[in-house]
Amino acid sequence: MNDRIVLTYHVSPEDFTRAGEASSDVKNKLKQMGVSPSAVRKVAIAMYEGEINMVIHANGGDITVEITPEKIVMILKDVGPGIADVEKAMQEGYSTAPDHVRSLGFGAGMGLPNMKNYTDDIQIDTKLGVGTTVTMTINL
Amino acid sequence: MTVRDILELLDGEILLGEENLDTEVHTACGSDMMSDVLAFVKDQSVLLTGLCNPQVIRTAEMMDIVCIVFVRGKKPEAGAISLAEGRDLAILTTNYSLFEACGRLYEKGLTGGAKIE
Repeated sequence: MNDRIVLTYHVSPEDFTRAGEASSDVKNKLKQMGVSPSAVRKVAIAMYEGEINMVIHANGGDITVEITPEKIVMILKDVGPGIADVEKAMQEGYSTAPDHVRSLGFGAGMGLPNMKNYTDDIQIDTKLGVGTTVTMTINL
Repeated sequence: MTVRDILELLDGEILLGEENLDTEVHTACGSDMMSDVLAFVKDQSVLLTGLCNPQVIRTAEMMDIVCIVFVRGKKPEAGAISLAEGRDLAILTTNYSLFEACGRLYEKGLTGGAKIE
């Protein structure tokens, strides 16, 4: 593996059916690099939840994934509405997603809790009306 | 239990992945909420669901799920099926309801594999 690899993605807000494309690409690339299957799965799930959140809540955004031999850092940045109450949003079952999102299989209030559970560190930097940056780290 | 066993137990039809019929299945989950599916990592798992959009396939992909069963005779959108092509994944459909399909597999010894603490 090279010392440092950086992947960048733009998450389109328009098409829910395409949500997950970035996570899928990262998963395939990590597999090819020989990263352990359990770490690959953690990255894939955490990033996928984040990607879905970006599409549902934030009108899309940009994702940067930084891979080094020690860790994988995912930075998900959007200019959406921001999270009003981060503590509440981290609780399992709490969701502000509209009903139509639930009919698509999401909005169960498990997104951020799942992201926290599958990563070694999660930092949420959010400001109402400005946007949210979620930084997730998985140690290798 | 293998994918083939599931196909027979559920009187199912295989929509994709006939080459994966002999794949071993160790655990199962049944849900229409994908985030609930994503909450518990399981190995060699089958997902039973009534949800038919491409995010079911994406969820299966992220979780390394080996088989998806669409219940109540549902068939996924064309876009969803094409997303699953070329992956180590079998896609089945059954006329049984989610409850009935899960029950039939559980009765034969397939469990959830994850306990809520």
